[in-house]
Amino acid sequence: MTRPIRVLVAKPGLDGHDRGAKVIARALRDAGMEVIYTGLRQTPEMIVNAALQEDVQVIGLSILSGAHNAIVPRVLDLLREKKMEDVKVIVGGIVPDEDAAELKKQGVAAVFQPGASLESIVQFIRSAIGKAPASQSVS
Amino acid sequence: MKTAERQFTTISGVPIQPVYGPEVLRDLDWTRDVGEPGEFPYKRGIHRDMYRGRLWTMRQFSGFATPEETNRRYHYLLEQGQTGLSVAFDLPTLMGYDADHALSEGEVGKCGVSVCSLEDMETVFRGIPLGDVTVSMTINSPAAVLWAMYLAVAEQQGVDWARLSGTLQNDILKEYIAQKEYIFPPQPSMRLVTDTIEFGARHVPRFNPISVSGYHIREAGSTAVQELAFTLRDGIEYVEWGLARGLAIDEFAPRLSFFFNAHSDFFEEIAKYRAARKIWAYVMRDRYGAQSERSQKLRFHAQTAGCSLTWQQPYNNVVRTALQALAAVLGGAQSLHTNSLDEAYALPSEHAVTIALRTQQVLAYETGVPNCPDPLGGSYFLESLTLETERAANDYIRRIDEMGGMIAAIEAGFPQREIAAASYRYQREVEAGERTIVGVNRFQGNDEPIEVLEIDESTASHQCRKLAVLRKRRDNAKVQKSLDALRRCAEKSDNTMPLLLDAVRAYATLGEICDALRSVFGSYQEQAHL
Repeated sequence: MTRPIRVLVAKPGLDGHDRGAKVIARALRDAGMEVIYTGLRQTPEMIVNAALQEDVQVIGLSILSGAHNAIVPRVLDLLREKKMEDVKVIVGGIVPDEDAAELKKQGVAAVFQPGASLESIVQFIRSAIGKAPASQSVS
Repeated sequence: MKTAERQFTTISGVPIQPVYGPEVLRDLDWTRDVGEPGEFPYKRGIHRDMYRGRLWTMRQFSGFATPEETNRRYHYLLEQGQTGLSVAFDLPTLMGYDADHALSEGEVGKCGVSVCSLEDMETVFRGIPLGDVTVSMTINSPAAVLWAMYLAVAEQQGVDWARLSGTLQNDILKEYIAQKEYIFPPQPSMRLVTDTIEFGARHVPRFNPISVSGYHIREAGSTAVQELAFTLRDGIEYVEWGLARGLAIDEFAPRLSFFFNAHSDFFEEIAKYRAARKIWAYVMRDRYGAQSERSQKLRFHAQTAGCSLTWQQPYNNVVRTALQALAAVLGGAQSLHTNSLDEAYALPSEHAVTIALRTQQVLAYETGVPNCPDPLGGSYFLESLTLETERAANDYIRRIDEMGGMIAAIEAGFPQREIAAASYRYQREVEAGERTIVGVNRFQGNDEPIEVLEIDESTASHQCRKLAVLRKRRDNAKVQKSLDALRRCAEKSDNTMPLLLDAVRAYATLGEICDALRSVFGSYQEQAHL
C-alpha cells in the first residue's frame, strides 16, 4: 500500500476567516489524504518549518485578505532556501487573475479562486503528486 | 427532478411541508406567542408604526486604505443620501498592531482603513459633525481603545458625549466562535467589553457599546438557527457580566443591540428575525426581570450575506443582495447594509457601492414595502417557521446554559465544531448539486470582467511615515506615563476607559496601547477545531 498524500493546510497573515481552510482540510481528509491544519496567523517561517517537520508533499495556503503578494513569495523563497522545492504550494482565496498568474510564474502550482469545487482541488493534488486515488476515498 | 424525489428544505436544512394551513394559527396563543407590532413579545416589530414612523438607517460599511481616502468616501456616501456611517478597519488595526509592525506587512489598508493613533481618527472624521451623524464601528478586540479615540475626536469637535449616537461592534465572544480576530483571552476581553458597557451607561448614554453579532457566525457557515442561538446566548453572557459589575439590568440592557446576517433563504431569514425578538423579550423579562420596554426590545442591524456573493457572473450579486435586503426589511431591521456586487473580489468600488445604496433606496421609496408593519405576520407558513426556529434556538441556548455558559462552551469548542460541521455539510451539498448556486454549479458561463478597487502598498508607506513623524513630535514622557498608568489599572479591576482616554489623548498609538494590555492580559491561542 502506498503512503497517503500528506498536505499542510495553513492560514497565513492576520485574517481569521477560516471557513474555507477548514472545509478544504476536511475534504482532503475525506479523500484519503493526511491533513495537518496549522490553525491561524502563521508566518511563512512557521509554515515552512511545519512543512519540513511534518514531511508534507503539498502546502495549501488560504488567504482572503489581499495579503497574498506579500506572503506567498516568502513561503516560496523559504522552501528554496531549505531545498524543499519538491513541495507543491497551492493557494486558495480571493486572488485576482493577474496576481494568480504572477504567483504561478513564481512557482505556485495552482491558485483556486472562489467557487472552485472541492473535487477539482482533490484531483489537482492527486495528479500533481502523481498518485491514483486511494480506494477508500470515493465518496 | 420529480417532486417526489426532491427534498424541500431551507438553506439550513429545515424540512418544509407541502402546505401550511389555518391549524398553525389555531395552535398559537396570539398574545403570548406573537402580539402586535410595538407590543410584547415584539415578534411583529419593536414599533407600532415601524417604517411608517421612520425608515431603517441605510448604513454602508466602508473604510479602506488611508484615513484621508476613507474620509473622502464618507463625504461621498453622505452626499448620496446615506443616513449613517459604518467604519471598517484594516486587519492590523483590528489585531492591535500599528502599520509599521512586522505582522502588518501586506495587510495595511487592505480590508479597511488603517488607524494607528488619534491623529488618524481625527482624519477619518474630518468635516463630519459627530453630534449629527450616527457612527457604527466594527472593531471587536481593541474596541475600547478605538472608542476612546472616537470620544477624544468628539471632544476636539466640542460635541458633548451625551449627544453621540452610534454602535460599537464590540462582541468578542463571536470572535472566539467564528471570526477569530481576538487578541486577549476570554476573561480579560470580557472585562474590557464590560468596561465599555459601564462607561457608556454612565457617560455616553445614547451610544450602543456593543452589537451582539450573528453575522460572522453565519458567514463562518452556521445554520440560521445556530446564528440565532449563539448570538442570543452571547447576549445573555454580556448581560451576566454587566450584572456582575453591579449595573442594574435596565441601566444597560436598553443599549445592547444586535447584528444579524440577511442570507438567501427568504422566509427562513424573516422567521429568524421575528424569533430573535420574541426570545430576547422573554429572556429579558422573565430571566432577568427587566422592566423597561427598551430592555425587552431587540433592535438589530442587518447585512446581506457576503458569503452568498459569487465571483462568477458578479452582476447576479445585485439581485441576491436586493432579495436578502427585502427579507431584512420584512423582518423589521433597524438598519441595513447592502453588499456591493464586486465584494467577492475586493472592497467595493464607488460605482458598486452606489448601486448597493440605490438598492435600499428603491426598496424604501418604490416598493411600498415600508407601508405596513410585519406584512407577513399571520402567514401560516411564516408563523410555523418562526415557531420552529424559536424552539430549535431555545434548545441550543439551554444546552449552552447547561455547559456553564458561552465561555465554557467556547473553551470546549462546542459552537466552533457545530459551525464547522454545518459549513462542511453545506459545501458537500453544493458539490453534489443538491444546492444550486446560479453561475457557479449551474447556469455557468458568460462571466463579464468587472473593474475592482485596488489598494497598493503606498497606503502602508504613507501610514508608516506618519507614525514616524508622530513618534518624534509627541511628548514621549507623557505617552510613557499614560501607558504605565494603563498597565497598573489593567492589573487591578478598575474601569480602563478613563486611562485609555488619557493614553489616546497623549497620542500613544493603538499598537503601544494594545502591547501594554497584552503585557498584562496575555494573548489568546485557539485550539483548531476541524
